[in-house]
Amino acid sequence: MTDGALRLRCTIEAPYGESHFFSGGTLKNYPRSFKRNAGISAAVLGVSALLLSGCGAAPEEEAGSAEGATDFLGCMVSDSGGFDDNSFNESTYNGMMKAKEDLGIEVKTAESQSETDFTPNVDSMVQAGCDLTVTVGFLLADTTKEAAAANPDSHFAIVDDNSIVADNVKPIIYDTAQAAFLAGYVAAGTSQTGKVATYGGLDIPTVTIFMDGFEQGVNYFNEENGADVQVLGMDSFTGSFDDVSAGKTTTQNFLNEGADIIMPVAGPVGAGSLDAVVAANAAGKDAKVIWVDSDGYETVSTGKEVILTSVMKLMGEAVEDVVSTDVDGNFDNTPYIGTLENGGVTIAPFHDQEANVPEDVKKSVEDIKAKIISGDIKVESESSPK
Amino acid sequence: MSPEDSTMQDPPGERSIAAAEATRLEAAAETADGTVAPPAVPAAHQSGDLGDDRSRQSALRQMLSSNAMVSVLSVLLALIVGGILIAATDEEVGETASYFFSRPGDMLSAAWSAAAGAYAALFQGAFFNFGADSVQRFFYPLTQTLTVATPLILAGLGVAVAFRTGLFNIGAQGQIIIGAAMAAWVGFAVHLPVGLHLLLVIIAGMLGGAIWAGIAGILKARTGAHEVIVTIMLNYVAINLVLFLLSTPAFQRPGSSNPISPQLDANAMFPPLLGSGFRLHWGFVLAVLATVFIWWLMNRSTIGFELKAVGANPSAARNAGISTTKGYVVVMLIAGALSGLAGVAQVAGTEKVLTSGVAASFGFDAITVALLGRSSPWGTFAAGLLFGAFRAGGVTMQTNTGTSIDIVLVVQSLIVLFIAAPPLVRSLFRIPPPGAFKTTGKRSSKNPKTAGGAA
Repeated sequence: MTDGALRLRCTIEAPYGESHFFSGGTLKNYPRSFKRNAGISAAVLGVSALLLSGCGAAPEEEAGSAEGATDFLGCMVSDSGGFDDNSFNESTYNGMMKAKEDLGIEVKTAESQSETDFTPNVDSMVQAGCDLTVTVGFLLADTTKEAAAANPDSHFAIVDDNSIVADNVKPIIYDTAQAAFLAGYVAAGTSQTGKVATYGGLDIPTVTIFMDGFEQGVNYFNEENGADVQVLGMDSFTGSFDDVSAGKTTTQNFLNEGADIIMPVAGPVGAGSLDAVVAANAAGKDAKVIWVDSDGYETVSTGKEVILTSVMKLMGEAVEDVVSTDVDGNFDNTPYIGTLENGGVTIAPFHDQEANVPEDVKKSVEDIKAKIISGDIKVESESSPK
Repeated sequence: MSPEDSTMQDPPGERSIAAAEATRLEAAAETADGTVAPPAVPAAHQSGDLGDDRSRQSALRQMLSSNAMVSVLSVLLALIVGGILIAATDEEVGETASYFFSRPGDMLSAAWSAAAGAYAALFQGAFFNFGADSVQRFFYPLTQTLTVATPLILAGLGVAVAFRTGLFNIGAQGQIIIGAAMAAWVGFAVHLPVGLHLLLVIIAGMLGGAIWAGIAGILKARTGAHEVIVTIMLNYVAINLVLFLLSTPAFQRPGSSNPISPQLDANAMFPPLLGSGFRLHWGFVLAVLATVFIWWLMNRSTIGFELKAVGANPSAARNAGISTTKGYVVVMLIAGALSGLAGVAQVAGTEKVLTSGVAASFGFDAITVALLGRSSPWGTFAAGLLFGAFRAGGVTMQTNTGTSIDIVLVVQSLIVLFIAAPPLVRSLFRIPPPGAFKTTGKRSSKNPKTAGGAA
């Protein structure tokens, strides 16, 4: 049967489809007071839409579904941020999805609405027979630990937590301070006002590690170049990861105090910084934003032109790596620590801001990166993985 | 008050006039003919039956036109709409819809299997797991439902008693959080022998919730500050207070600066009710006892009668010698203690630690639970079980069928929406409004009493 023939049949069938909808459909069951005319035109619209979209060719019956390359079942439980948090849940989710595509494994995912969902979600993964369950965030540590102890034959991995020591649990953590150090150096080298700023969502280690590294990078720039660039906002926190307007206000305050480069470490709240900086630039300033977690230039919807660079945690890659190691039967419980050396953390390209970063700063960044990897420069935060 | 007499003298034939008068009377009863502000909860929703209503209608008709029927149908309707949403968002349905007219059966069967599969998983996750390989796993989902329902029932009762007293307690969330924080602190910072420790944890939790709600009650009673605003604001204060506490070393684990408290002592925890294989704990028994107590309090005790009188008509109650200020404070203390117990059930029952998200959304779900249960103790209990089942089953639904957990939220929200609009449900299912068959309607017998009190 050709496509053309099908389309023809569709057009002929259309009126019958319509009248069928009027006579047997839900319309006649409406209360009498319902505006019938409006109902009919809405129905005509709906039916036409259905007709237009419903006229494709039916696929041939499949002889049987193709088996995946492996019967490995990889699972993931998010924390209460959900899979669309622009942060570690989303990256981990993307990593799982990439593993599904590349390795042909089965994947089950569960989004936690709140902390009370953690235990039931992890339990239902274990019950579903998951070979490897990836949990996200330190809040899931207790649950993961218990589930791992109760199910010694299943494997677990936990992102952003290093508290569990068990044969079947692999922690995935990041020494983000290293990449933030580079960003701090770039910021100090690019700032024209001699003031840069940062703020966090909550005062928790995974946030403060960015801020610590950033400050140390600025200080290093000052030492090397005899400059006096100040860091504002080391104690500033918006109190949440979802109050975008708080991010905007905080950023405006920093701009008013003379800072021209802002690094928000607050997930989606960073959008408030972009708003504030775009508005300030329209009024004649020349401010910039440093994004975190992912390359903001690729992910944000508006204001990407003011992003100087991004401090990236490449979580998706790490998760895919852990999954593929387990698929190959080489699971181990040594923590994966993302560093500059193994590419787990890095800074993003300058994109639109390429011309604004002085050449010698760009050169020094490569140099510093090598020194951090070799250990010549020590970047240490209270929050660094030990 | 003269309208009272005219209603009584209305011949049964002039029903429409009587009905209009009843509505007017109800409004009059609520506002004492404009002298006091209308209560946040309409009198009709408080089910504050002060006297015995001897209904003369047949049992079937009463059942059909009752509020309970509307609740049941609301749930049913929400499930149907939810099923349509599940089908509409299903990938396979989307694919098969593209060739609907060449092979319509594909899409219809895909839609059916998506919705049916999701609800089957929801059922298996909430009641019995038919695919289980052991008796324990077979009953595990049911115990999960009861576990999740525990805080919902307790907080729901807290909201319900406040409703009955005419107060819209939006603050259950904050009361749970403060109750949980105090209970958790006693649980991990103090070390006491078995029994005594748990008792202290429970008392601390109730005290925490009672203090938090009591603030709103006192402000309402002394200054007339509206309880809706006060409790909402106290929710914010509570959540940020706990966030602050969790940033101090006193509430953190030794050697860690993550905002998560140490685990509570084993002695401070509710013992498991059915053995260690299940998460169900003695907190559920506490919830049942609380329900019985609230039923007794509201229906058999003097305090309960006074509270309901205050709820039905504050002016009338005052004239009858009942102190409304005392009523507001007492009911908020009770409501807060119940919500605090919900917090205890969280930290000493399921979560074992204090985090900023320890209350989940239970405080807000509790409002829904109380509304769905028509503010009666056992209605709230049943509604709590239903929402517990949704939450417990939603987990399995998500894992097994990949249906978004948000669908469960949509269904819950739709239930509220339908319950908030009884005429919609009544007209969809062609249920007669309450009192349509009555010769001596519930309203015309009840309202003159309350209105008479105000006169």
